[in-house]
Amino acid sequence: MPDHLPALQVVLPLVVAPLIVLLRHRGFAWLATTAVSYTCLVISILLAARVASGGAISYAMGSWPPPWGIEYRIDALSAFVLVLVSLTASFVAPYAHRSLAAEVRPERHYVVYAMYCLCLAGLLGITITGDAFNLFVFLEISSLSMYVLIALGTRRKALVAAYQYMLMGTVGATFYVIGVGLLYLMTGTLNLVDMAERLRTVDELRPVLAALAFITVGIGLKLALFPLHQWLPNAYAYAPSMVTAFLAATATKVSVYVLLRFYFGVFDPSVLFGQLHTREVFIALSVAAMITASLVALYEQDVKRLFAWSSVAQIGYITLGIGLANQAGLTGSIVHLLNHGVTKGAIFVLLGGLALRGAGAPVTMAGLAGLGRRMPLTAFGLVIAGLSLVGVPGTAGFISKWYLLTGALERGQWWVAAVIVATSLIAAAYVWRVVEAAYLRQAPAGAPAPGEAPPGMLAAALGLVILCVYFGIETSFSLGGARDAALLLLGGGR
Amino acid sequence: MNAISGHLSYWVTIFLMVAGLYILIARTNLLKKLVGLAILQSSVYLLYIAPGKLIGGTAPIIADGFTVYSNPLPHVLILTAIVVGVATLALGLALVVRIREAYGSIEEDEILEQED
Repeated sequence: MPDHLPALQVVLPLVVAPLIVLLRHRGFAWLATTAVSYTCLVISILLAARVASGGAISYAMGSWPPPWGIEYRIDALSAFVLVLVSLTASFVAPYAHRSLAAEVRPERHYVVYAMYCLCLAGLLGITITGDAFNLFVFLEISSLSMYVLIALGTRRKALVAAYQYMLMGTVGATFYVIGVGLLYLMTGTLNLVDMAERLRTVDELRPVLAALAFITVGIGLKLALFPLHQWLPNAYAYAPSMVTAFLAATATKVSVYVLLRFYFGVFDPSVLFGQLHTREVFIALSVAAMITASLVALYEQDVKRLFAWSSVAQIGYITLGIGLANQAGLTGSIVHLLNHGVTKGAIFVLLGGLALRGAGAPVTMAGLAGLGRRMPLTAFGLVIAGLSLVGVPGTAGFISKWYLLTGALERGQWWVAAVIVATSLIAAAYVWRVVEAAYLRQAPAGAPAPGEAPPGMLAAALGLVILCVYFGIETSFSLGGARDAALLLLGGGR
Repeated sequence: MNAISGHLSYWVTIFLMVAGLYILIARTNLLKKLVGLAILQSSVYLLYIAPGKLIGGTAPIIADGFTVYSNPLPHVLILTAIVVGVATLALGLALVVRIREAYGSIEEDEILEQED
């Protein structure tokens, strides 16, 4: 049994999804989804522990040995991302019950849960697989279910947002598969480890460079790399609250994982960052994302969109670490996957509670007025998560930004360090707008009566808020895992 | 001459790829955009399948008198990719139907003009 944990990690949610569709029972769907999420969390923690003690795990799917069969491969980096995805899932799943009741018609709930399970299976599959084409299939499983989840939002704009995301996402996946096709033509293998070895002996570099370009743009679309981020604000803003929380914390992060895997695990980093201009391109795009998206967030009136734009900026921090490509920068980048995932998860889960109290109307800045009185715990949670977004010491955001700063200074990029600090100040400004509205403004006459979100939802939200602080103080898992992963990518660890 | 005739399948692939992307970007009709998407995806099918075929090659079954085999793996991969493509297209069409119900139009500019 323990030997088959890697397969179970993906198969469990994949099997539960059709079960939910067959039974079409709301209560069962919720219970099954929650149970699956928790089981996945346990499995991913067990796998992470085994990787930490015994090195990378290779699992031959169907007992076909790699590189002929599909290999599931768990190393320090994939174990870290597996924990991130299943951790978020296990906070969002129990929360979904009440949140959906307010936002989606009851007869459609089973669809949400089934799609959620499929999406979870896809995201975990992307992370765990060691096969380039298998990765594409999981990418599409997670994306297709995500489009459906977004389209289930209450407002009709959700449909257009889902359609636009679908177009851009599919172009991204198609580009990825074109890139993989070119690599397959050159190497004759789809196993990522095998491909990396054979690429070293390929003489004709032009198709490999074309593959690099296609994969970069394709995955860049999926992870909302500036300027390929146009789908993100609408998708985040109009999806049901639980979907936004799950999407914001996992989907883009898993795509970053794919990019890391290809840049440092398949292509030759010494060529990428030594001979090509990958570093300059990534640093320029990341800095552009950090500045422009933060400025847009500063003037946004819809609170969900505000934090969606802030996500574009935060993804800029993550890709910045890829551009720096040194130990500190990559550590910051990888630890920010987790820290930002937890922070944004907390914020969107709290906003879901707000939307519930406001009877499904969009949460605007004006609607936040007097929140400190009406929903003291929610307002307080927003403040803590907001501080983590800014990167105040003692919160999770500080840890990642500290490492990114160190990475930038080690590279001698003073101006990049300055931009990190400047955009953190802009983040402080837009978080302050929320705080100011919540605590310093009086509630308008027609505001909903005082009262918190239902206890189940509040518990999930506060759990995530506590994690924002926990990962800022006790960093042995988050930072330790990220450090191992960065070491692995740079060719020194397991 | 060889650059064109010897790599014919690649030229067709590139043409389909660019044509699909152009339709996707240039058209405002949501259905036509999906057509572009479908063309873009078919270019990928060709990209994988064409190099897998050797002229005179047979299916990889060991038998007397046959020494040249075609690679079967790309076919299997593309079978999967076609299924993914069909699912994407079906979802896209379903979304267009719902958008038509909600907005009364499938022209992108007319939809974006309408407020919430």
